[in-house]
Amino acid sequence: MAMTWIWTGMVVLSLVFGLITGRLDAVADAAMDGAASAVELSVSMAGVLCLWSGVMEIMNVCGLSGGLARLFRPLLRRLMPEASRDEKTLAAVSANVSANLLGLGNAATPLGIQAARRMARGCGGTASDELCLLVVLNTASIQLLPATIASVRSASGSETPFDILPAVWLASILSVTVGLLAAKLLSALGRCRR
Amino acid sequence: MNPSSLVIPLLLAGVAVYGMGRRVDVYGALTHGAEEGLTVLLKVLPALVGLLTAVSMFRASGALEWLTGLCAPALEALGIPPETTPLMLVRPVSGSGALAVGTDLITTYGPDSYIGRVAAVMLGSTETTFYTIAVYFGSAGIIRTRHTIPAALAADLTGFWASALAVRMFFGT
Repeated sequence: MAMTWIWTGMVVLSLVFGLITGRLDAVADAAMDGAASAVELSVSMAGVLCLWSGVMEIMNVCGLSGGLARLFRPLLRRLMPEASRDEKTLAAVSANVSANLLGLGNAATPLGIQAARRMARGCGGTASDELCLLVVLNTASIQLLPATIASVRSASGSETPFDILPAVWLASILSVTVGLLAAKLLSALGRCRR
Repeated sequence: MNPSSLVIPLLLAGVAVYGMGRRVDVYGALTHGAEEGLTVLLKVLPALVGLLTAVSMFRASGALEWLTGLCAPALEALGIPPETTPLMLVRPVSGSGALAVGTDLITTYGPDSYIGRVAAVMLGSTETTFYTIAVYFGSAGIIRTRHTIPAALAADLTGFWASALAVRMFFGT
């Protein structure tokens, strides 16, 4: 529903601004060009996107995601000690994290939901501290190889579409760290108030 | 030779050899994954048509300039290029919307420009926050989300700020 408001708002504002600024011709052209460019873009990014999705799938089949999940277990045990007591929850959370790292969104979400369901048992509709952490972890991006963005960059003529990777990693690490710290801090504040 | 030219062929060959060593059907996995990439693309395409239409109209009408000017003083103080305002507004709400707005920035300013790079890093380092929260808490039956939304938004804001910072650090402006 949110997108209905945003889309309608943008189109109506464009009409109003076009009338005021007298650029209505350009707005009409832009509407047609925009629609066409969506298909052109999709076609020109298809190759790179499919290739990297394929490479990620090979890594996945080779057991890389399982290895990553094992790697993150000790860290997650420390981050969510309560949920980690249940072996199946810990397995789902670590698989969720490793799928996110590999950019396998279709695999990450069901795993995360499975973990969230187990963690929400018997809490009467209130999110526990650790469930909040799990959701914050999933609202922050921790993708190692953002293939979609790289394919957009290569489709629009970038010479080195992957050169943004170090910048993406740095920004992701800072963002995840602040999210987790904010969750810890806010939960401590909430407890003080009560 | 550009040293980064080595990375892609090496990664492809390395993954293939490692996979063969583990007796994995490398080619089958490659094509299966590629098929999944195509599914993702097919899912995004209709949304991109609608959104790129709206974004192009918004830019052509001058409304985008107005919105950017409105947020410019605050963003410039933080070191975030004000041109990325629409991307930051849409990012937490819609993944395909953010992709459309980000693509518009990347093609308008160029993929290897400062703004184009910041837009790409922002897309890569943040997620569709509100959508994720709705899906997780919806399926887990959570009504009181407590501090999740403020914490997640703090992460998003940091991601935006850090994207501009990281691009300046690695590439300059």
